[in-house]
Amino acid sequence: MSTAALPLDVARVRQDFPALCTPFHGKPLIYLDSAVSGLCPRPVIDRMSHYQAYEHTNVHRGVSTLSQEATDRFEEAREKVRAFINAPSPKQIIWTRGTTESINLVAQTFGRQRVQAGDEILLSAMEHHSNIVPWQLLAEERGARIRVIPMNDAGELILDDLEALLSDRTRILGVTQVSNVLGTINPVKEIIARAHARNVPVLVDGAQGVPHLPVDVTDLDADFYVFSGHKLSGPTGIGVLYGRQELLEAMPPWQGGGSMILSVAWEKTTFCGLPGKFEAGTPAIAQAIGLGAAIDYLLGLGLDRVGAHEHELLAYATRRLQAIPGLRIIGQAKAKASVLSFVLEDIHPHDIGSILDHEGIVVRAGHHCAQPVMQRMQVPATTRASFSYFNTQEEIDALVSGILKVQEIFQ
Amino acid sequence: MSDPRELYQQVIIEHNKKPRNYGDLETCTHQAHGLNPLCGDDIVLKLVVADGIVQDVRFQGQGCAISKASSSLMTVNIKGKPLAEAELMVEQFREMIRGTLDTAVDPNILGRLSLFQSVKNLPSRVKCAVLPWATLHSALQGEQTVSTE
Repeated sequence: MSTAALPLDVARVRQDFPALCTPFHGKPLIYLDSAVSGLCPRPVIDRMSHYQAYEHTNVHRGVSTLSQEATDRFEEAREKVRAFINAPSPKQIIWTRGTTESINLVAQTFGRQRVQAGDEILLSAMEHHSNIVPWQLLAEERGARIRVIPMNDAGELILDDLEALLSDRTRILGVTQVSNVLGTINPVKEIIARAHARNVPVLVDGAQGVPHLPVDVTDLDADFYVFSGHKLSGPTGIGVLYGRQELLEAMPPWQGGGSMILSVAWEKTTFCGLPGKFEAGTPAIAQAIGLGAAIDYLLGLGLDRVGAHEHELLAYATRRLQAIPGLRIIGQAKAKASVLSFVLEDIHPHDIGSILDHEGIVVRAGHHCAQPVMQRMQVPATTRASFSYFNTQEEIDALVSGILKVQEIFQ
Repeated sequence: MSDPRELYQQVIIEHNKKPRNYGDLETCTHQAHGLNPLCGDDIVLKLVVADGIVQDVRFQGQGCAISKASSSLMTVNIKGKPLAEAELMVEQFREMIRGTLDTAVDPNILGRLSLFQSVKNLPSRVKCAVLPWATLHSALQGEQTVSTE
């Protein structure tokens, strides 16, 4: 049953966030930077704290009741992630440190197996550095070439020539579901279908997608889908690599160590199956359990209500900011998530960020780890406000007042 | 944090808008490229040094108001000065930003550069103010590229 008919009770939701209830520079904290990292709600913090205080020991080790229960909580969190993105099996959910590590894992195992001299890796023009640099390292090592799906001035991928870019040498396509700078929602399902028609596997960077959109990796038919816990109201230090089972099974292990083996002898070591094969060493247990709690929290709010509220905030902010003389929104795609980048006359974003900071308003200023996007849009940097389910229209009004103050100081 | 108006005073705003000694030098004796990779501040500094004196200096690049005004005021303050004095200014500017030199109390040769003293209250912007000075130091030491990271 849809819960969208009942709007989100934002005032009540905000009480779950200690930082929002505590003065910052003597003013209420206005956190418009969820795209850089989400705030953790109290139930997530409490769940991790409870685990660390009463339930902690290492997982997948020993016969103690405590170890078994820690393992159960840890594996329950994996199952929550599986259900959240509709993966067929929890074996296909690999814990990593975050999106960046997930992509490096794929590049250094799957990529090294497949990419040879003269091969091509296809990426989109709006990737975060984390979906560029691991592939550049691989391309350099193998003598392969990176090709790029271009985008238009509005910040939408130009897919007319996708078939031409998907050559017989293309070994993988990497694309972000939502641009961290422009907010663009890419048609990843269509991109995946067209890549698959040419037998090219696709890695979807879901770091900015999963906080805003319902994700169904089975429906998307994604080969790899990666995201971070900390952008999903969870903690840092935990992330997810989802992969198609036959691909994960064919990939060699990445890091070696405890937990990822069946048996070790000087002559030969055999590795365990999924997901353990890719999880060497003691994992981030409290963080995994925290991510599970974050998923429970979001499901409790209702993903459709969260989406509807964020959509309203984006529409309101776009209308208010567009009305400011000298302000230009960077990223005008038709389909956008609640991420809003802008430039203001020739005032540098770092100056804007510092002045807004004094007003208690947290935004991101800079290149957002996406320098090729800055180059394409011909701006050195942008200021970015990103909106989450706990934000309000009043906070957007405060942002507008802050921007007007910046203009006044710089006039 | 102190009021940003303390830092964003008219002089800084004005030097940001109309930076002095902005541009290229066709021939120079010293040069360096300064980068602040985290925020993208990027300056190229060129100098003509003769008889131990900074005869000419120019900078170009992009950056925030703090880094641009700091570059502009630096060039104004070192032009025509002996090298030893320029190096002393680098040292005192850094001490001022670190908070170990109070321009109101401690003897110094910083003059109007004391405008930047309140940057010490904005830790995230310290690198912006220091970048041109770090770049000057490397140019004079014969290094080509400097990063504030």
